Amino acid sequence: MADTKALPSTLSVGLARTRLEVREFFREREALIFTFFFPIIFLAIFSAVFGNTDFDGVNAATYFTPGMIASGIFLSSFQSLSISIALERDEGLLKRLRGTPMPPQAYFIGKIGQVLITSVLQIALLLAISGLLLGVDLPTEPDRWLNFVWIFILGTASGSVLGIAFSVVPKSGKAASAVITPIVLLLQFMSGVYFVYSSLPAWMRNVAAVFPLKWLAQGMRSVFLPDGFELTEPAKSWQLGTGAIVLSIWLIVGLFLAQRVFRWTRRDAG
Amino acid sequence: MENDNAVRVRGLVKRYPDKVAVDGVDLDIHRGEVFALLGPNGAGKTTTTEILEGYRRADDGEVSVLGTDPVHGDRSWRARLGIVLQTSRDEAESTVFELVNHYAGYYPNPRDPDQVIAAVGLEEKRKTRPRKLSGGQRRRLDVALGVIGNPELLFLDEPTTGFDPEARRQFWTLIEELRTEGTTILLTTHYLDEAEHLADRVGVIADGRMIEIGTPETLGGRGARTARVSWSDADGPHELRTDQPTAEVAALMARFGGEVPELEVRRPSLEDIYLDLIGKAAVTAVAADAPAVAMEAGAL
Repeated sequence: MADTKALPSTLSVGLARTRLEVREFFREREALIFTFFFPIIFLAIFSAVFGNTDFDGVNAATYFTPGMIASGIFLSSFQSLSISIALERDEGLLKRLRGTPMPPQAYFIGKIGQVLITSVLQIALLLAISGLLLGVDLPTEPDRWLNFVWIFILGTASGSVLGIAFSVVPKSGKAASAVITPIVLLLQFMSGVYFVYSSLPAWMRNVAAVFPLKWLAQGMRSVFLPDGFELTEPAKSWQLGTGAIVLSIWLIVGLFLAQRVFRWTRRDAG
Repeated sequence: MENDNAVRVRGLVKRYPDKVAVDGVDLDIHRGEVFALLGPNGAGKTTTTEILEGYRRADDGEVSVLGTDPVHGDRSWRARLGIVLQTSRDEAESTVFELVNHYAGYYPNPRDPDQVIAAVGLEEKRKTRPRKLSGGQRRRLDVALGVIGNPELLFLDEPTTGFDPEARRQFWTLIEELRTEGTTILLTTHYLDEAEHLADRVGVIADGRMIEIGTPETLGGRGARTARVSWSDADGPHELRTDQPTAEVAALMARFGGEVPELEVRRPSLEDIYLDLIGKAAVTAVAADAPAVAMEAGAL
C-alpha cells in the first residue's frame, strides 16, 4: 500500500508554509504598505518635518530611528499576525488547513518565520535609509549590536505569540483591522514611538510601562542613541534588565494564552 | 468487516444549547461507493459530516471513519481523507499551481499537481490567483486541493452550489472519474438530479434523523415510482396511481371516445419522492433557500 510512506516532517512543512506566507505577504499591497513601509514612511516624514531640529544633540532622524524600529517589530509581529489570523479563521482557511495532515505547529512556524524574515528586511531597509539618506550615525560597537539582537528576538517573539492569541478577539474578519489597528496606534503613541518619551505625562508612561512596546522602544534607544542619552530617560537609565524581564513575561503569558485560546474554526462553529 | 465500510455510524447524537441537531443517526458507507446525503437546511447534514471529518465532537453514539474515531484522528488518518468544505478561502495571493503544489507537500503520497489541475480543468488558469477565478473555477480549485493527497475517502459539501449547468456537467464527470479510481465519496447536496446522477446510494436526513437510505431507484419504497395518470372531466381533475398506465390510458380513451382532456402520465422524480419524504415543512425550507443560493452565486 502507498500509505506506508512517511508523512512529511513538521519542519519541512513549516518551512514550506514560511515560503508561502512570505510570498503572500509581499504580494499583498495593503499589508506591505501598512506593516512593512509604515515605519519607514513615518521616519521620512519626521525627518522632513523636524529637519535639523536639535533633540538633545542629535537630529530628528537619529532620535526617531529606534522608535520606528520598535514600531516596525511590533507591527510586523503583533498587528500583522493578529489581523491575518483573524481573517484566515473567519474565512475558513484555518478550518481547511485543520482538515489536512498539515501539523498544527507547521502553521505557527510559517507565521513566525514570515514575521522574522519580513522584520529583518524591514529593519535593514530602515537602517539603510537612516544611515545613507537621513544622516544617522549607526552604532559600530559590537556590544550595542548584541543588545539589538536580543531585544529584536524578544520583541518579535512576544509580539508574535501575543498576536496569535489576540487574533481571537475580533468577532469577524472584517472587524479585525478596525479592532486591532487603533489599539496598536494608541500603544505606539503612549510608548513614545512618535514623541519624546520623557515629555509624555507620567500617568501615560506608567500605563505604557505595562506593555511590551515601551520596553522595546526604550531598548532600541539604548542601541541607537549616543552615550549619555540614558540621562534623558525618566528613569535616568536604559533599564535593560527590567525591559528583558517585562518582555519575557509577555512572551510567557502570550505562549500560554496562544495555546489556550487559539482555535481553527469560528466561534459560532460549535 | 471493517474493511467493507469506509464510514460506520451508530446512534449518533449531537446536541446544541437550543436544539438536538443529530438525533440517533445510523449510517454505513461502503468502500468505493458514492453516497449522497440529502436533507433540508438545518436537518443535520453538515453537523453529521463535520463529526465524521473530526471538526466536531459527537455527544453520543459510535463513529468510525476509515477504522478510526475522528476525535482521535491523527495526521496519518487525515492524510487518507480529502475534505472539500462548503465555503473556504484560499491563500489569496498564490497561483493555482503554487497552491496545489503546496498542499501536495502535506501528504505522504500526493498526486501529481499538474495532473490534478488538468483533471479539474484549470490548466489554463495555472498561473491565476484564486480571486481572479469564477465561482465555478474556485470550487474546482477546492476540489483539486481536496483530492491532491490521493484520499481514500472524499467529503464534498455542496460542491456545485452556484454552478452553471455546463460547469455542473463537467464537475460530475470529474467525480465519476474519482469513483472509477476507487475513491469513496460522501456528497451532501441540495440538487436531487445531482444525487440521482452521481450517487450509488442516497440517505435522506430530516430533523436530525435518517429517514431513509436506498439507491436513487428504490428510495421512497415500493410504489413510490408508480406511474400517476391524471385527467379532467366535468367533475374536475382526477388522478390515479397504477402499475399499468398504458391500460389506463386506453380505458380513458375508450370512455372519452378519443382525446382525453388534460391527460398526463408521469412517474415521480427523485425530487418528488424526496419532497414526499421530508414532508411539507421541508418543502417551504427548500423553496426559501433557493433565492439565497442564487445570491451566493451572484456574489461569487
